[in-house]
Amino acid sequence: MRLDKLSWAAFVREAEAKGSDLFEFLLARAAGELETDKASVLARLSAMLKVMEESVAYGLTGVPSNSGLTGGNAQKMAQAFPRKENERFMRLLGPLASDAVLYATAVTECNAAMGRICAAPTAGASGIVPGVLLALRKHEDLSRTKLVEGLLVAGVIGEVIADRATLAGATGGCQAECGSGAAMAAGAAVYLLGGDGHQIDAAISIVFKNVLGLVCDPVAGLVEVPCIKRNAGGTVQALLAAEMALLGVTSFIPADEAIDAMERVGRSLPHGLRETAEGGMATTPTAQAWAKKYFAR
Amino acid sequence: MNLFDIIGPVMIGPSSSHTAGACRLGLLAAAILGQEPVRADILLHGSFARTYRGHGTDRALAAGLMGWAPDDLRIPQALSLAKEEGRDFVFRPGDLGSMVHPNTACFQLTGADGRECRVIGSSIGGGQVKVTSIDGFAVELTGVLPALLIPHRDEPGVIALVSSILALHQVNIASMRVFRDNKGGLATMVLECDEGVPDNVVHQLETLDPVHSVRFVDRVV
Repeated sequence: MRLDKLSWAAFVREAEAKGSDLFEFLLARAAGELETDKASVLARLSAMLKVMEESVAYGLTGVPSNSGLTGGNAQKMAQAFPRKENERFMRLLGPLASDAVLYATAVTECNAAMGRICAAPTAGASGIVPGVLLALRKHEDLSRTKLVEGLLVAGVIGEVIADRATLAGATGGCQAECGSGAAMAAGAAVYLLGGDGHQIDAAISIVFKNVLGLVCDPVAGLVEVPCIKRNAGGTVQALLAAEMALLGVTSFIPADEAIDAMERVGRSLPHGLRETAEGGMATTPTAQAWAKKYFAR
Repeated sequence: MNLFDIIGPVMIGPSSSHTAGACRLGLLAAAILGQEPVRADILLHGSFARTYRGHGTDRALAAGLMGWAPDDLRIPQALSLAKEEGRDFVFRPGDLGSMVHPNTACFQLTGADGRECRVIGSSIGGGQVKVTSIDGFAVELTGVLPALLIPHRDEPGVIALVSSILALHQVNIASMRVFRDNKGGLATMVLECDEGVPDNVVHQLETLDPVHSVRFVDRVV
């Protein structure tokens, strides 16, 4: 039994004390934890990345969700991107962030359509990590090997969050799902663009500053509205935090403490705002009218 | 949680509790029956009853009963494929009472050899499941490790008899719980083991006088 909670700061400290590269340190730790070798860990991560790519491809075909409530927005955006008259709009986010939003939407639409996804960290928040990683690959010309390394960094951040707080919307609200997905993606982005462990720490903290209190309020209890848009938004939060951290902005609150704050906020969220469909967007007149018809089917 | 609980599992959407967890619950129920059922009457409780169509909970449960993993791409077609295979699976929204976990299913299963079994289990989040009742007996079974279910007469020494036979065959017990209604009545032992338990060991346990029956339930993916 381990008494201390996992800590991002401790990982960075330990790697520095050993004079080890942060990624190598985290990889060795994961291999030890899983009782396997480093190559197997990387191979398994690579298989997860492949699932993420397939989810994007399936989502881009415009599949409707199982309930009929959502679907088709990823395809709609992909078709709109290249049009001349939209160039002006595409400057609002910039090409990398636009693609991250597109891919995250595609993955979560794939999920809602009963397609296959990699739940990272959860099914409901499965779009953010692939959204950011695959957009970075396209625009930063990163190798697949490098991308897999980023996925490991994202995973370790998720482990710290799961240990100190929660990844479940039913326990901590959407800040625990999409918020955690964004923190994982932000850390991976900082790593992939050459940032160090301290900059990753700052990026995690900046994400939680911006998503603290985000509630889980799915219409009719389905993983569709507002989940798909929240995944799209999560990629932008991740890129914002990564950009600030890479430019040298620090965060006054350390990542571990920001995660602890998320845990406390989650616990104090009322029951109706933790995946029960009894608050927030789920209790708007439009949502309730749709849910009434849906449950009467 | 390890790295691949965070980056993973790979699953058919949309919900880890209502879809992937439902599939694992079906797998565990079939493992308890000891075969893929040909008939299943499944009562859905709570959130399962309310949202099962949108989450594909019925398809995922059917897929699990047929032995499919939570990442099987055929899950969306599970109901029609079950029908094609001549299986009679019926889903009914119902109510098991306010004390029961909101994502719960009650399975009444029949195997090809006529064997029947009644299983109640819940999807408790993140794809994890817990079976709480088998044929009316309280148990607690997660499907994470292979397990032995042993209904027996509640009297001194039964646990020692069972564990010594397992020790003799080098089967390591990872966890153990005993459920009983009243002292001296019928009790059920649930032993989670680090490895599968061979048939000859199961038969040897069955010959113990206070033991009513022995059921081995393998781990599910």
